[in-house]
Amino acid sequence: MRTVFSRPEKFSMYYRETMRQMNDIGVGSLVIVCLIMIFMGAVTAVQFAYQLDGTLVPVYYIGYVVRDITIIELAPTITCLVLAGKVGSNMAAEIGGMRQKEHIDAMEIMGVNTAAYLILPRLIAAVIVIPLLVSIAAFVGIGGGYLSTVPTGLMTNEEYILGLRSFFVDFNVVMMFVKAFVFAFILTTVSCFQGYFVKGGSIELGQASTQAVVYSDILILLADYVIAIVLTS
Amino acid sequence: MIRIKNIIKSFDDVTVLKGLTSEFYPGKTNLIIGRSGAGKTVLLKLLVGLMRPTSGEIWYDDVNFAELPPKEVRAIRMKVGMLFQGSALFDSMTTQQNIQFPLDMFTNMTKKEKQKRVDYCLERVSLEGANDKYPSEISGGMQKRVGIARAIVLEPQYLFCDEPNSGLDPKTSIVIDELIKSITVENNITTVINTHDMNSVMEIGENIALLYKGELAWRGHKDEVLDSDNQILQDFIFASPFLQRLRRAALDKG
Repeated sequence: MRTVFSRPEKFSMYYRETMRQMNDIGVGSLVIVCLIMIFMGAVTAVQFAYQLDGTLVPVYYIGYVVRDITIIELAPTITCLVLAGKVGSNMAAEIGGMRQKEHIDAMEIMGVNTAAYLILPRLIAAVIVIPLLVSIAAFVGIGGGYLSTVPTGLMTNEEYILGLRSFFVDFNVVMMFVKAFVFAFILTTVSCFQGYFVKGGSIELGQASTQAVVYSDILILLADYVIAIVLTS
Repeated sequence: MIRIKNIIKSFDDVTVLKGLTSEFYPGKTNLIIGRSGAGKTVLLKLLVGLMRPTSGEIWYDDVNFAELPPKEVRAIRMKVGMLFQGSALFDSMTTQQNIQFPLDMFTNMTKKEKQKRVDYCLERVSLEGANDKYPSEISGGMQKRVGIARAIVLEPQYLFCDEPNSGLDPKTSIVIDELIKSITVENNITTVINTHDMNSVMEIGENIALLYKGELAWRGHKDEVLDSDNQILQDFIFASPFLQRLRRAALDKG
């Protein structure tokens, strides 16, 4: 870990690589994240409406619940679980492939600090871009809730907006960003570790890629629980 | 000049190199030869610092490379170029970008200066105009030449080649051998070549070290190979009946 955070040989090269990674992680994942979150928001709204049916709870609570559950849980956790599958496995496979084709050895012999050059730009890119993706995911999820309830007649536009504006706690947004930042760190470091230390052939590379996703997912869920306890106690 | 003293390398219970001592000279093509499993690749990896010896010394001129901390190892490596068996070119980069990578990473050259240096290196390996080709678009021999161009772009003092002829036809092998030799002589580089190609041994072997079961079995010049009575060397060099007949005929004719 200390090697990863050592001084770069040349800042411009690291900057260029960071920009490339930001593009790959951010722009490359935007569509899938939005697609998943729009349905997550929609399903949450529809199911909560189903549970409220026949009760005395005001219908505008649907908007309130969709907003909070999206900000606190769905946007950071679901987005990062999806990204562990998409970005994490890609990082493990890319770095692992470089290890197997001796690209990493070639860079080492040139004098490049490969742990830093291959991991640091990915880490910086992830901790910047993933919280941005998560905030977009939150808006899209809330939009999904709107689309599944208002046009279908489950509630009116005014009721949904009223729900969104009710009982807002701004600390929830802080919690969302804390989770996004921590999850981004976890999925990047775990995936890069799995790829960087891969040994063997294509079977081992596939295993490393799978392990990157599995371990990232488990650690993300564990961290989710710990953050929930620490920040809400 | 590179000197190794009493190098031992073990993996768990298996000792691959058993106290090797040898020297590799500047301006000469130093060959490490031996059968598969003799420890050639391990020795090369120790020489470039991809592995650490269990014990022993590796001297780059007056610096004991084996005992340097990682930061100083990197400083030495900037004087090192290496051609890999599989070329190890970055697939997503063009020939130009592959060769330029070390310049981008370690120099403050202007764009124009970098272009001039890349063009010179490509010209040196007879690949003028191949700047925009990707590794997948060129042949194995051309990939080796791009690998050499990348290895020499920072004007190294030490050049390591791991099986430079593997997968190449005899004619292309000779071209690669001659290229490595001329670069070595021109720039007075200490070149260490790991090979089991007999043509290379007989064409460019100025300082040959034969490894056998992790030990130095023979050392000498290509001209001494034919006359040597070292059985391990003869069994290795003249492995096939055809080559044995050829050797006998050559010796008969004096």
